[in-house]
Amino acid sequence: MTLPENELRLSDAETGAPMVVIGLDDRAGLPDLQTRLRELGFMEGEPVCVLRRGQPGGEPLAVRIGASTFALRRIEAACVRVAARHGA
Amino acid sequence: MSALPIDSSRLAPPMLALVGNPNCGKTALFNLLTGSHQKVANYAGVTVERKEGWLRTPAGRRLAVLDLPGTYSLAPNSPDEQVTCDVLAGRLPGERRPDLVLAVVDATQLARQLRLVLGLRRLGLPLVVVLNMTDIARARGVDVDVEALSRALGVPVVSTVAVRGGGADALFSLLDAALPSAPPAASAGSVADDYRQVKDILTTLGLDRVPAHAFTDRADRVLLHPLVGPLLLFALLFLIFQAVFAWAEAPMGWIESATALLGDAVGRVLPDGLLRSLLADGLIAGLGGVLVFLPQIVILFFFILVLEESGYLPRAAFLLDRLMGGVGLSGRAFIPLLSSFACAIPGIMATRTIQNPRDRWVTIMIAPLMTCSARLPVYALLIGAFIPARRVAGGLELQGLVLFALYLAGIVSAVLVAWLLKRLGSKDRQHTLLMELPDYHWPSLRNLAIGLWQRVLIFLQRVGGIILALTVLLWFLASFPGAPADFAGAPIEYSFAGRLGHFLLPLFEPIGFNWQIAVALVPGMAAREVAVSALGTVYALSATADDTAQALVPLIVAGWSLPTALSLLAWYVFAPQCLSTLATVRRETGGWSAPLLMAGYLFALAYAASFVTYRIALACCP
Repeated sequence: MTLPENELRLSDAETGAPMVVIGLDDRAGLPDLQTRLRELGFMEGEPVCVLRRGQPGGEPLAVRIGASTFALRRIEAACVRVAARHGA
Repeated sequence: MSALPIDSSRLAPPMLALVGNPNCGKTALFNLLTGSHQKVANYAGVTVERKEGWLRTPAGRRLAVLDLPGTYSLAPNSPDEQVTCDVLAGRLPGERRPDLVLAVVDATQLARQLRLVLGLRRLGLPLVVVLNMTDIARARGVDVDVEALSRALGVPVVSTVAVRGGGADALFSLLDAALPSAPPAASAGSVADDYRQVKDILTTLGLDRVPAHAFTDRADRVLLHPLVGPLLLFALLFLIFQAVFAWAEAPMGWIESATALLGDAVGRVLPDGLLRSLLADGLIAGLGGVLVFLPQIVILFFFILVLEESGYLPRAAFLLDRLMGGVGLSGRAFIPLLSSFACAIPGIMATRTIQNPRDRWVTIMIAPLMTCSARLPVYALLIGAFIPARRVAGGLELQGLVLFALYLAGIVSAVLVAWLLKRLGSKDRQHTLLMELPDYHWPSLRNLAIGLWQRVLIFLQRVGGIILALTVLLWFLASFPGAPADFAGAPIEYSFAGRLGHFLLPLFEPIGFNWQIAVALVPGMAAREVAVSALGTVYALSATADDTAQALVPLIVAGWSLPTALSLLAWYVFAPQCLSTLATVRRETGGWSAPLLMAGYLFALAYAASFVTYRIALACCP
């Protein structure tokens, strides 16, 4: 699925760049992931930022959402659609 | 059981249930409320840890407190969360529904945690919100207006500092007041509605912008650094194993002297005979040989508890996630596997947080390869006896180095087994991580002390229970039937145990074990550390009547070759199973195939490793 021009997947977001959650996608093989991400605060309009990435391979991602930090694998972060947050 | 119908609800004290997100300081609050009045067990039918305690309010009312497993929501994702939801709904057989729910909320994580509170409010149970970690929140400029929050939520709110004595005084006095009336029960709301409602409340209270924990961010820049992070983790684990040996030396000496004194005293007081043999050879030599490892177990648990309490453990899982993913495991498997260093049983139980069934199965299969603390007595005995206590390569203790190598051998083989299982398994699965990295905080001394005390108690109960029983049984087998007067060898060789040892010898001789070791391995199946007490008993009875209860170390140094000792060390890296681990695996996987496969493959690995070690050692140092 291609994304609108200004959107990207959280897994592709630049480390340290302030983003905002646009929406969540379902993903085959990961049932309930969307619900769980929502419960943890990945809601439309919420500021989000990739704090750092593990090595090698840029995985896993440490993601700041609200006041919390979560570790996600790339495949999980790819379910979150984000856009750059301006004025942050 | 009485046949009369008794209304037990009138007799039992009212029950409070602590509910909250993981890492909200719930267990610290539980410790503060109940102190040492705690009982740790399992929920009926499931292996979820059940922690209950009781407290007395300032007015003298006795209340039961249940520490429910942490959960992010009331839509359960794991067996742990299922228990919490079922207890709250009054659905779990054998559990009464709590009379009052204490929703524990980390004041620095209000947004996420208040959404759970909204869910709890719909249960139709009396509810009090306990705003925890208010000291940390205030230090970060988050000052919560408790009154306003209480008005907004429509339930009582009290603020606590669970890591400080007296930090729950407000809660205690609230518990003496009448129960708050229950909010009306309602059906589950949507995540989006709850999200908006919490956002509105926080905006009204001026709490919608909570700064991140600056120290955590600074620390993570180093501790999660792609290069420095893993190096620090490795150094930390290395230090822990050095400390296990270096710090335990003195207290182990005291326990040894006390055991020897006691053995001597019994030998002097009692006349030569069966009773003296049972006490001195069976009980004192056997149990003393295990008790001596208590200091090392305490030190190991101390470090595991500190890592757990401080919030570092999930970081270690983060650092190792790639490595774990490479062999087909979830990074989440790290925490169960690390717990397995203490004991495989809680480790296997902790795999319930892994959602993918196949990931979970692989993690269970390799959990026993993590060197559990029950193996520590065996390692410590053999290392102490056969590895010289000197410093090598710039001040490193050789004994600690060998211990580290043994732990490493377990880890490396676990990686290989997991990799093999991945190759044999299907390819179409997704691995998930999704794990919170909580803010760092100083572990509280009280929580460390209570946690350590519970572990010590479990160890002592094992020493007093299964180890005691097996020691007496082994003493019996090793003492009867008594040898006739004209029997040439030591009397034990004539006994049941001696015959069993000689019967098993052809199986174990190729890997360098003598018949005494073969005898000790049999009760060692029930609990690994029993092997040490068994060796103590076997050798005490092999000796002449005069030097009973003598320390085991000089006896085995005289009796075994270095290749035999190394071979036994290699054997215990894989140590075919304690029965309680196999029983736990059966319960957790719901069948016999997993425990049987596990026992089989561990036995094969142990035998192969010992064989190779023995042959190489023989060739190198004949």
